[in-house]
Amino acid sequence: MTRYSRQERFIPIGEQGQAKLATKHVLIVGAGALGAPTADLLARAGIGKISIIDRDFVDLSNLQRQTLYTERDVVKRLPKASAAKQRLLAVNADVQVAAYDQEATVHFLEQLLTTETIDLIFDGTDNFDTRFIINDIAHKHQVPWIYGACVGASSLSLFIEPNQTPCLHCIMGGLPTSGPTCDTVGILASASQITAAMQVAEALKYLTDNKEAMRGTVFSLDVWQNTFSSMDVASLKKDDCPTCGTSPSYPFLQQDATTRFASLCGRDTVQIRPTYTTRDLTTLANKLTDASITHHNEFLLTFKVTGYTLTAFRDGRVFVHGTADVTEAKKIYYQYFA
Amino acid sequence: MQLTVNGHTVDVPIHVTTIGLLLDHLQLNKELAIVELNRVILQKDERDEATIQPDDYIEIVQFVGGG
Repeated sequence: MTRYSRQERFIPIGEQGQAKLATKHVLIVGAGALGAPTADLLARAGIGKISIIDRDFVDLSNLQRQTLYTERDVVKRLPKASAAKQRLLAVNADVQVAAYDQEATVHFLEQLLTTETIDLIFDGTDNFDTRFIINDIAHKHQVPWIYGACVGASSLSLFIEPNQTPCLHCIMGGLPTSGPTCDTVGILASASQITAAMQVAEALKYLTDNKEAMRGTVFSLDVWQNTFSSMDVASLKKDDCPTCGTSPSYPFLQQDATTRFASLCGRDTVQIRPTYTTRDLTTLANKLTDASITHHNEFLLTFKVTGYTLTAFRDGRVFVHGTADVTEAKKIYYQYFA
Repeated sequence: MQLTVNGHTVDVPIHVTTIGLLLDHLQLNKELAIVELNRVILQKDERDEATIQPDDYIEIVQFVGGG
């Protein structure tokens, strides 16, 4: 029996589909509640290559649903993408895994999609801002992507293919300004797992050339209220859409290159992302004479100063923990990273 | 007025005569809602003004932003 015998016995996939999977490269944006189980399912299914990107490190509150991670990752304060890579290679050493411990910026995604052939992009993010960037970049580079989202007990997923389906911009009409998040209303692991499973099921159909089996609808469900819906949104495709219309302008790729400050919802943390830079963590550690260093690994350095904890990443980003206020975080940031 | 919303029979007050008012009545986020009225999906720019009649069949999907 081969490793994939049960999947190959499933007639629509078969040995041919399995061989196709081994040639495919997917990008997973976000390695959290959706990205982690998605990566796990794809590695076990025998995908050729997984590129996975995440800006955060593994936190104790992640373990309830982010199935790739363990307490050891929390203690070692490992970045999620690198921790995911270790686990995925332990699951299936035949899969190539590229881990990117950084934010999915326009600049980064442009570089990756320009230099590598990506067959499919998975949405494993937790915010609409990044989803609209993915939507624009996927259409610019003509790569399909799978929207997946979950909050509370509810789940929603949707396959978006350039020139074939309406895009996120067509369907939603623009970037929403509000909405519940897992930080405000919580999240059940069963809701996130079922979302990832729905995303991966559509991906397997697409990647093994079983397009006729694809659902083609917005699929949503609530595991607590016991409701589900499958809505055909094909008629929402717009010829004048700024992302997928006849003259696209890709509005969400027009971001400036200045230092950006963002409060991470519900984390009591502000992220500071300087313009494309890298940071030597050992040099930083040597400079921090008045701070107490709590974690230092090859990916990040965490230290305590009065009232705050700061985490500096290798890619230049800094988290200021202990405040959600950007102005307050800026003051602390410039004290240590002027 | 009686409607079917997502498969359930719902009684709404008499002033709820449009999809926009229905979304308000159900306390749903208009930015995140996609609505089908009698199996026809409504374009977002005309959705809120669409009038509803007794026994209409309405399907509402709320986009979710978390993950």
